[in-house]
Amino acid sequence: MSTLQISGLTAAYGPVTALDGVDVTAAKGQITAVLGANGAGKTTLLRTISGLVRPTSGTVSLDGNDLTAAPAETIALAGIAHVPEGRGVITELTVEENLRLGALLGSARKRTDGSLDMVYDLFPPLAERRKRDAHTLSGGERQMLVIGRALLSGPEVLLLDEPSLGLAPRIVAQIFGLLRDLVDRDGVTVLLVEQNARSALSIADIGIVLNLGKVVARDDAAVLAADDGLRHAYLGF
Amino acid sequence: MQQFLNVTLTGLGQGAIYAAFALALVLIWRSTRIVNFAQGAMAMFTTYLALTVIEAGQSYWVGLIVALAGGLLMGAVVERLVIRPVEGGPELNAVIVTLGLFVAIQALAAILFGSTFKSFPAPFDLRGFTVGEVNIAFTPNSIYVILAVVVVMVALVALFRFTDLGLKMRAAAFSQEVSRLLGVRVGRMLTLGWALAAVVGSLAGLLIAGGSLVYPAYMDGVVVFGFVAATLGGLDSPGGAVVGGLSIGLLLSYVSGYLGSELVALAALAILVAVLLVRPQGIFAKAAARRV
Repeated sequence: MSTLQISGLTAAYGPVTALDGVDVTAAKGQITAVLGANGAGKTTLLRTISGLVRPTSGTVSLDGNDLTAAPAETIALAGIAHVPEGRGVITELTVEENLRLGALLGSARKRTDGSLDMVYDLFPPLAERRKRDAHTLSGGERQMLVIGRALLSGPEVLLLDEPSLGLAPRIVAQIFGLLRDLVDRDGVTVLLVEQNARSALSIADIGIVLNLGKVVARDDAAVLAADDGLRHAYLGF
Repeated sequence: MQQFLNVTLTGLGQGAIYAAFALALVLIWRSTRIVNFAQGAMAMFTTYLALTVIEAGQSYWVGLIVALAGGLLMGAVVERLVIRPVEGGPELNAVIVTLGLFVAIQALAAILFGSTFKSFPAPFDLRGFTVGEVNIAFTPNSIYVILAVVVVMVALVALFRFTDLGLKMRAAAFSQEVSRLLGVRVGRMLTLGWALAAVVGSLAGLLIAGGSLVYPAYMDGVVVFGFVAATLGGLDSPGGAVVGGLSIGLLLSYVSGYLGSELVALAALAILVAVLLVRPQGIFAKAAARRV
């Protein structure tokens, strides 16, 4: 069981507290959506889990293994794949080289055989552009690339930061559908950060609402989506 | 015609060395965004190591291996102990540190090896080939120099293009954060990058010393021309470093051959100023189309 357990996580940028005692449990085979407005601490939460930001207190553990003080490389090797928002493509490398990096991690974790075919089958546009520099890709193709790269690492936990940002609704639906399949079939644990609350709640199992670094609501996704007061106050729809 | 041929061939030989030196600068710039002013001093030091080995009775080739191995170790140690603590701070800090290192290594070499001129052997004949009656300024040693540089370049291209390690090193150079998220041990890659660069620099130092004199400041001229070559080609582009090195070698050789050798330094400065005025990113730098 790969359960990501976060308790009492606090992180600050200088004097500004970005996360204030956040508790989140992302259970295996579930999509946990983290919602909230700009500046609520959603991205910081993911960056702290993946080791890019050092928490001032609190713990992050995967299946009981404490990863709080581990460097980002070690956390990646432990199976937590962080798909950062927008900037995750290494634009100077080709599409294939970007994917190979994910596959190398997968082989190092002894989860995959280093083959890229799985991603090319999943995202045909990437197969057509495999030899091109990644900076020639469109926003949607970049999103496919970073998600495909994360999948090649054979992750236990996927941390997705705004995968819908800047994408056409049809592509968002496609990516979210794919995500749901992946969770149901392979039992991957997903922590999904989104501003697009409506679509996120439509595929998530559990929803968590962050406001100014604190958890203000936590419930089944369907319940949250139906809670008018909460929707108006924090989610803007 | 004969002079043109001689000048061109001399220029190519010199250019190959500038290319190797520029390549060493580019390797470090690409991975750590630091211009390593100590590159020349490090190469000088390893050349002295080779000379010590050769003077102790070993062959040139043993000296070569010692110098390259010494460069590898020195590059790694310098990155870990001297550069790592200032990385991530203001860019100027690292530059000042490499300048300090340059002075320190040069002084250390003078203490350890003395500051007198010493002659360094060449592995091959330094007499030019004769074609019919004509002596040309191209020696077996020049062929060795050019071949050595070509072999190193091909090996580096193969490393970066075709191996997993090379891919990780490039990823770490372009985007540290994303690389770390993909499990690449960025610190190790940077150390390795410095070590490789120091090997290439050491080779340049050794090649330029072959058949001439070494003293603690003998690399200073090469450093200047190597910088001009790297700027000309674009500090980001290994291919540019090679083309820049060969161009600078040829241009300076023509200046020296037709206008007078006292103008060489001035010509290098003129080229540098011209490049910075017209195309400061260098000829081969890719257009900035990075962030979307």
